Amino acid sequence: MRLTCPLCGERDRREFYYYGSDDYLNRPSEGAAPDAWDDYLHLRTNPAGITHDLWYHDMGCSSWLRVTRNTVTHEIHAVEAIAAPKASARGAAK
Amino acid sequence: MRYSGLKVITEGLFGNKGWKPAWRDSAPKAEYDAIIIGGGGHGLSTAYYLAKNHGLTNIAVLEKGYLGSGNIGRNTTIVRANYFLQGNSEFYSHSMKLWEGLESELNYNVMHSQRGLINLFHSDGQRDAFARRGNAMINQGDDAILLDREGVREHLPYLDFEQTRFPIYGGLLHPRGGTARHDAVAWGYARGADRRGVDLIQNCEVTGIDIENGRVTGVQTTRGAIRAKKVGMVVAGRSSQVAAMAGMRLPIESHILQAFVTEGLKPVIDHVISFGMGHFYISQSDKGGLVFGGDLDFYASYASRGNLPMVEHVMEAGMTLMPMIGRAKVLRSWGGIMDMSPDGSPIIDKTHIDGLFVDCGWNYGGFKAVPASGWCMAHLMATGESHPVAARFKLNRFATGHILDEEGTGSQHNLH
Repeated sequence: MRLTCPLCGERDRREFYYYGSDDYLNRPSEGAAPDAWDDYLHLRTNPAGITHDLWYHDMGCSSWLRVTRNTVTHEIHAVEAIAAPKASARGAAK
Repeated sequence: MRYSGLKVITEGLFGNKGWKPAWRDSAPKAEYDAIIIGGGGHGLSTAYYLAKNHGLTNIAVLEKGYLGSGNIGRNTTIVRANYFLQGNSEFYSHSMKLWEGLESELNYNVMHSQRGLINLFHSDGQRDAFARRGNAMINQGDDAILLDREGVREHLPYLDFEQTRFPIYGGLLHPRGGTARHDAVAWGYARGADRRGVDLIQNCEVTGIDIENGRVTGVQTTRGAIRAKKVGMVVAGRSSQVAAMAGMRLPIESHILQAFVTEGLKPVIDHVISFGMGHFYISQSDKGGLVFGGDLDFYASYASRGNLPMVEHVMEAGMTLMPMIGRAKVLRSWGGIMDMSPDGSPIIDKTHIDGLFVDCGWNYGGFKAVPASGWCMAHLMATGESHPVAARFKLNRFATGHILDEEGTGSQHNLH
């Protein structure tokens, strides 16, 4: 399996660290109910098919990436940098 | 039909015409007292012990494919009771005792071979950790012997003791550990359940779980609706999909674990051996093939096949430990779909829906657990209470903080 990092180009799977589902991007707000934290940290939809998960380009540019891929075929559909939308949002606010 | 040596001889004399199928090919009835979804090792042993220990015989096992077609049909067959944490150790100890009586219990040859398991260590720190684990095993009533380097050499003279990078300091020997014939375990339990009146229904995929007012009432299947007041989901590998039919999200992420088998060789490896520096474990099957594997591929997958980096890692670890296997040819490899729970321990519990039970999260250690998992799941489904040796395998333990993190790596799916 190879991932195409938006900054570094196509790289071997070994350069990346897999963190888990992109559920991790939806962190509950401070003071949220314990159930919301359980949901965020532990419970997973775990689809057999298209999934969105977080990878870290450990041996490359150190970007956190959101990967859209198929868990049944190992096909990679999209790799996006997570930081990019935030940077553009900051730019728009200026 | 009871199997015996006499039966083999008399059938042999008369052309082997008297053998009958080991179980009936049942068609689904409209209603059962209990339904078990999943005809793998755990599902079949649950059915067996529901019938045997609790007298529930009007029950059915529903299997999407054929019996034993999942991970029980392909695994590295290791049976051990070398757990450290309270909550795990009593469970696997119970399972080991059931293994030791399994063949006479089932009247079936599961080829259980207590050839001894040796976990190697390669530093002072690892030795201390294994000494502590060994003491925990002895306190649990199981067996453990701490071997020094020369002690290991007596058992395993063919390891590379001379190399400097990962020197072998010793090993923890678990004499009662070993292997068993994986398919025979499924078949033995299937036959035993069938003989007690359990309907084993193959090619019957569950497509929906019926729930009314917070109570389970039955299931929808590709062979029609079946009513039951109790339903057990025992479908490791597909737990998340089946639980989703009941509107549940489980603390499970599915990962791939690869394993490998070489061509058949003369007897050379007498034990089950695990390498302590890099994940690698190996044993030799009765057919002669070396059966070995390593770590997960470490990303969520249902592909039933792994990727090359882990193949490379496993081969490197094997060559580092025992260079003699380098000329053996790998015949086949496969990837099994593992239910990974955040702490690496399983779940046998009720759900928030009355009458719906779940047995899942076996990570990469489900095979040795087959007898006790069925025993405890049957106890739970029959009595509504957790069995004492499985009392800590709660579904909500991640929310309450009562995690069972045997490896001490953290409560996150990709860490085990």
